[in-house]
Amino acid sequence: MIEQLFNYFSYPFVKYALTAGVLIALCAALLGVSLVLKRYSMIGDGLSHVAFGAIAVATVCGAAPMTVALPITVVAAVILLGINSNKKIKGDAAIAMISVGALALGYLLLNIFSASSNVSGDVCTTLFGSTSILTLSKTDVILCLALTAVVILVFVLFYHKIFAVTFDETFASATGTNTKAINTMIAIVTAVVIVLAMNLVGALLISALIIFPALSAMRIFKSFLSVIISSAVISVICAVTGILIAILYGTPVGSTIVAADIAAFLICTLFGKISKRS
Amino acid sequence: MALINVNDVSLGYEGKPIVKNLNFSVNKGDYLCIVGENGSGKSTLMKTLLGQKNVLSGKIEYSEGLKQTEIGYLPQQTEVQKDFPASVKEIVLSGCLNGCGIRPFYSKSQKAAASENMKKLGIAELSARCYRELSGGQQQRVLLARALCATKKLILLDEPAAGLDPVVTQNLYKIIKEINDDGITVIMVSHDMEAAMKYASHILHICHKPLFFGKKEDYAVTDVCCQFTDGGEEK
Ligand SMILES: Nc1ncnc2c1ncn2[C@@H]1O[C@H](COP(=O)(O)OP(=O)(O)OP(=O)(O)O)[C@@H](O)[C@H]1O
Ligand SMILES: [Mg+2]
Repeated sequence: MIEQLFNYFSYPFVKYALTAGVLIALCAALLGVSLVLKRYSMIGDGLSHVAFGAIAVATVCGAAPMTVALPITVVAAVILLGINSNKKIKGDAAIAMISVGALALGYLLLNIFSASSNVSGDVCTTLFGSTSILTLSKTDVILCLALTAVVILVFVLFYHKIFAVTFDETFASATGTNTKAINTMIAIVTAVVIVLAMNLVGALLISALIIFPALSAMRIFKSFLSVIISSAVISVICAVTGILIAILYGTPVGSTIVAADIAAFLICTLFGKISKRS
Repeated sequence: MALINVNDVSLGYEGKPIVKNLNFSVNKGDYLCIVGENGSGKSTLMKTLLGQKNVLSGKIEYSEGLKQTEIGYLPQQTEVQKDFPASVKEIVLSGCLNGCGIRPFYSKSQKAAASENMKKLGIAELSARCYRELSGGQQQRVLLARALCATKKLILLDEPAAGLDPVVTQNLYKIIKEINDDGITVIMVSHDMEAAMKYASHILHICHKPLFFGKKEDYAVTDVCCQFTDGGEEK
């Protein structure tokens, strides 16, 4: 089996898939901790549906998916965040509305205008990312590299500000941190990560990539830094395991990665329970 | 010019006023205690002074030298989510953030100041502990240390002694007095009249309208003061 694996590594598509997978998993995990702690998990989920709708629009127009999906999702992220911080509008209902709306319209558009003979196959691919990670071209990987580099850089440079805003927004803003700017930045970065992650696991499964590693890490670790680092490590390990299993056994990549994340979560929960007792 | 000038300000929620006709000013180096019964609008006033809430009418002026990043703040209540993974050290350090400007990381001197403040409040041994697993009083001390870290010119404290044991309380008043002697302006909400009369330079007593503002020596001889400190009993 090991030999078979090494055999696979000589194919560029395997290398590309692993590189992209590791980078995307890393970004999703870094961001996931803040999103989970800020109670923004649902925003991530809503945004992934918006990204699906955007990709549908791109397909219909015959444009490159990323170039359409990225700006639309970024705008949606900023709007959703604005709605959420405005206490007068019910945030969760608005998010649910936008997310199912985008999903329905996207499917409708694809059905009406798509030239492809296999619409439901295409939709399934976009939603569950069945094979797209294995069909990445070199340009895709380079774009992915560039975007993840930006995300990681932003995260490292603003790490302390992100912590302050996540832990206690009132204090941060009262003592002069521009919380609005930081929140907007988090929203934009989230949108970028979600569009990237569409390639890896598909629109419906992105939330798993964002939420599971953070929750797993929080079972065991008690400081912000250790949670961030361990969730990044967990996420990368799960992504690599998932991709390799998917290649070896021909399972769908996205759901295999998520299955690995679930397994990691269960292990961490167990570990957390045991270490608490002793 | 005064550090903060409050001019005929009304405060409230959703257009309904809670405090009306507030007029007072705070000068550099003052130690102002805000007193009054529960629900009289003290915390609301603090939030407004910090720019977290808008006034209904009137105007609050800040002297030009005072920036938002030079203010330390201790809220009356801090909602921290269950399970938030954060160590004491990380939280105290986050108070230093306003001194960073665009620099992404903390400097050596900021880290030193953070551990100094942790020592002052007796939480140095807790520095690696998870905030959520501390007792209420310990949490209050962590937030106090964070507030001290953020303070450059002005500190606003909303019931800083809530939940602290007597020894730590006295220690806290001493620390606040010390930084006040160093030239930092203190605005504190307190129900501890004895300490307020001992340490403050000025008193603001509010109860939906300002009942008194002035030097504490003048406050001590008013009826308002006597009634309030004697538990509202008429003499
Ligand atoms: N978010 C809010 N929305 C509406 N009304 C509020 C809100 N917060 C406080 N109030 C009301 O404003 C009034 C003043 O509240 P505030 O918290 O300023 O009182 P306080 O003087 O700090 O009291 P305490 O001594 O109990 O801390 C109270 O009557 C309260 O019911
Ligand atoms: Mg109060």
